Amino acid sequence: MISSIRIARKSQAAILIGSATLAAFFLIAILAPWIAPNDPIQVNLVLKLSPPSFDYPLGTDHLGRCNLSRLLYGARVSLGFASLIFVAALGFGLVIGTIAGYKGGVIDAVLMRFCEGVMAFPNLVLVLGIVGLLGPGLWQVVMALMMVQWVYYARMIRNMIVGLKEQNFILAARISGSSTGKIIRRHMIPNVLPPVLVMGTLEMGWAIMDLSALSFLGLGVQPPTAEWGAMILEGKNFIRSQPELMLYPGIMILLVVISFNVLGEALSEKYGIKKR
Amino acid sequence: MNLLEVVGVTHTYGSFRSFRRKEKAATALSDISLSIGEGMCLGLLGTSGAGKSTLGKVILGVEKPTKGTVLFQGQDLYTMGAAARKHFRRDLQVVFQDSFSSVNPRMTAEKIISEPLENYERLSPSELKRNVAQLLEVVGLHADDMTKYPMQFSGGQLQRINIARAIALKPKMIVLDEPVSSLDMVTQTHILTLLNELKAEYGLSYLFITHDIRAAYSVSDALAVMDKGRVVEMVQDKDEIFSSQQPVVKKLVSSILPEHPRNRTLLNGDVFV
Repeated sequence: MISSIRIARKSQAAILIGSATLAAFFLIAILAPWIAPNDPIQVNLVLKLSPPSFDYPLGTDHLGRCNLSRLLYGARVSLGFASLIFVAALGFGLVIGTIAGYKGGVIDAVLMRFCEGVMAFPNLVLVLGIVGLLGPGLWQVVMALMMVQWVYYARMIRNMIVGLKEQNFILAARISGSSTGKIIRRHMIPNVLPPVLVMGTLEMGWAIMDLSALSFLGLGVQPPTAEWGAMILEGKNFIRSQPELMLYPGIMILLVVISFNVLGEALSEKYGIKKR
Repeated sequence: MNLLEVVGVTHTYGSFRSFRRKEKAATALSDISLSIGEGMCLGLLGTSGAGKSTLGKVILGVEKPTKGTVLFQGQDLYTMGAAARKHFRRDLQVVFQDSFSSVNPRMTAEKIISEPLENYERLSPSELKRNVAQLLEVVGLHADDMTKYPMQFSGGQLQRINIARAIALKPKMIVLDEPVSSLDMVTQTHILTLLNELKAEYGLSYLFITHDIRAAYSVSDALAVMDKGRVVEMVQDKDEIFSSQQPVVKKLVSSILPEHPRNRTLLNGDVFV
């Protein structure tokens, strides 16, 4: 009893910390143009690799660009595109999962075997393969990540719809004359969405990791756009003399991903949701 | 013409053929025929697993039987067109045993009760609200209860909401699938009284599915007893059930415990669970 209260308190704190950090990051991403001290892609070779100063609080990189500004603008890319992937993958997964779960039978079997096929590959390998086919570039990476992530949503939603279908309230709704569309809209989606959104919080962390990883490999964000993964890539040539060039974006990725995971874990613990 | 006519219904579950071996089909209903007249209540008795609930689903039009026909007002439920089906739907409603799983936990009482009304009646929001308030009063709840969520009601109150939803469209018949079985004795009496009042007021027909002979007796006009998927006894006058010589019926009748514990003995040393 006491320990369960303690767990509840702990997860309450985790939810608070996680969401506060994330709120701060999203705020930074939105306000970047106003709070950044310099233009993030303004090259100034005279000032290259300069130490922190009043004008450049975190110094400059090998092209004399302001590190702080690049970090702040990088939040836009990471959080913005991770959110886009999340929304698109969730939307697509919701459609496919609902169809599979509601229709059942052959349609369900075909769709779910396809999802399992996608899940059988390590995520990043599959994404690399798709990016290899589509060619490097931010939009291609976003597409590839979406194509891989929707299956997790689809499967989770499908399983929940199958469980809901057996519930008496769905049968009662049918008997009271509600159409299939209305049953899905009014009774299924509202019951499916909350746990899926919790899972989505964890998936957002993955999306940011993968996005940065692909940019680090030179497949995602192309120069001169500021992005954390790409910044690590550019900084790696100066790892001996200027390790902070890699360290700053690394810390940013770490913080954001940890925040998403802490929040996601705490929420799923609080609501008793099984993770993927 | 009777309101509902069930003719030679046989239903089996799991009769599909899987890879290489044929699944042994489980017969849930075999050759069942019965009828329910307008304003009449048929009590369908039987122990668990006798096929009562399956028959209920077949009659509701949501489980197509393997063989046989179900006629509602002379029309076959499973062959009628979409328009006729939509029309028929409003005349045949249901109340399930588990009141909690019968309502969407994320909807208020108002939303729950207005769902059937939205499907069939064109009402303005204020008319809808007035109707819901009225229905809540009819089933013995308060109009203020409409903003509450299912979690805030007791099992008995929630069952009243289920009943309100069932009568919202003024149906001709309601299938009551063990409507009082998960309620305590006092609440059972209240709900049974309510069902009797509604029947008299709206001229409703009931198919009252239960394993509790006392509950069935208090509401029904006629009684049918099912065992292992068959109707083993059918009486048009409920009092005849006590003179039945059918062993299954005798067992059911003898399972009524006397008021005083001292007089409670078991039939032929049978153990009741």
